[in-house]
Amino acid sequence: MFRPMSSFWEYANPRRFMATSGAVLPWVTALAALFLIGGLIWGFFFTPNDFRQGSTVKIIYIHVPAAIMATSAWFMMLAASLIWLIRRHHVSALAAKAAAPVGMVFTLIGLFTGAVWGQPMWGSWWEWDPRLTAFLILFLFYLGYMALWEAIENPDAAADLTSVLCLVGTVFAVISRYAILFWNQSLHQGASLSMDAEENVADVFAYPLWTCIGGFFFLFVTLVLYRTRTEIRARRLNALIVQERMA
Amino acid sequence: MIGLLKRDLTLAFRAGGGFGLSLAFFLVFTSLVPLGIGPETGRLAEIAGGVLWLGALLACLLSLDRIFQLDWEDGTLDLIATSPLPLEAAAALKALAHWLTTGLPLVAAAPILGLLLNLPAAAYPWLIASLAVGTPALSAIGTFGAAITVGIKRGGLLLSLLVLPLYVPTLIFGALSVSRGAAGLDALTPLLLTAGITLGSSAILPFAAASALRVNLR
Repeated sequence: MFRPMSSFWEYANPRRFMATSGAVLPWVTALAALFLIGGLIWGFFFTPNDFRQGSTVKIIYIHVPAAIMATSAWFMMLAASLIWLIRRHHVSALAAKAAAPVGMVFTLIGLFTGAVWGQPMWGSWWEWDPRLTAFLILFLFYLGYMALWEAIENPDAAADLTSVLCLVGTVFAVISRYAILFWNQSLHQGASLSMDAEENVADVFAYPLWTCIGGFFFLFVTLVLYRTRTEIRARRLNALIVQERMA
Repeated sequence: MIGLLKRDLTLAFRAGGGFGLSLAFFLVFTSLVPLGIGPETGRLAEIAGGVLWLGALLACLLSLDRIFQLDWEDGTLDLIATSPLPLEAAAALKALAHWLTTGLPLVAAAPILGLLLNLPAAAYPWLIASLAVGTPALSAIGTFGAAITVGIKRGGLLLSLLVLPLYVPTLIFGALSVSRGAAGLDALTPLLLTAGITLGSSAILPFAAASALRVNLR
């Protein structure tokens, strides 16, 4: 079922989406498993310990990819919400709904692994540091977004309102980030993987890290596709039940 | 337009409680703080700015569900939506009315409560200025949250979950300008940033609130 598409928007047709995502899903799942297992084994067992941090440095292979995907997931929701608001494609709204819990869990993983690493390194589980605080607030945004989806019965109204919330939330999440930078000095280290920085991690750590980031990315795609398919099926089931009652 | 504003203000003054209640809450909250953390004046002076900002924020939050809920229940909101007045303007007016009945009294009461918390004298101008400049943002953001949750029964908890993360930047800059003022530092930058948030949110959020209301009235 792999016909070339004339336009990206053809995936807005749920039947098309189901067919294509069903065909793609096993491959993406396999890629996620391959990259994750490969990257984690590479990172955990075949890289040297850091000379100051010992083996605790290896939590980076979960922490950094989870954190990257946690913020990326919100931007994916933003794009999907915009598509829903502008073009009214149901698949897009359902994809945004499906991505929220995944992003929330990634945020939680980022916070948790950071706390576990911070305890021996910084001497405390939690610091009110800009990055940590911004992440906590992102977590709250995810919670509010999901709670709003749950609270509204009419699916179209829920999609509309959550999309508007996602838009406004993005603006305020960005402002919060700068507000927090202003409010407190940073303890969290800077970027580990930017292209030109001197402070980048050494290559021996960077390659498995990139592999893990790829793994988390494919994991995200897999989970969102699975959850979107489930949502579409649930919507179909509801339609069938309503039809049954009408008959 | 003026009629709608007048109506909201009259309702707030007459329909017992709406007006004075948030002020009373502000007083209760502020007087609970020394009971909770101990009455040493030095420590109180240190946290007074933040506590007053938190109190104002929570007092604002608790009065948010009044903005649209009653009008929605008795159908007034449908009339407002079908009137020639654009819904965006109605949302902006609702936010203004909320600020006049909640934010402004809080600004007036804050210096007196500052005395209770032993706020340093240098911080008073900054406290009044930051609250006066920052509370309109709280009203504008809150009006958006109220518009989103107006159709939900018992949406109070959800409303706070949605609105509190949006309040974060205002709280940080507002409280920062008071604490910098208290320490004798230059507090103008956070004050200006608070003003920026107020201007930005009162420019953009009425549109978001109006689109949320349209969905809820559909």
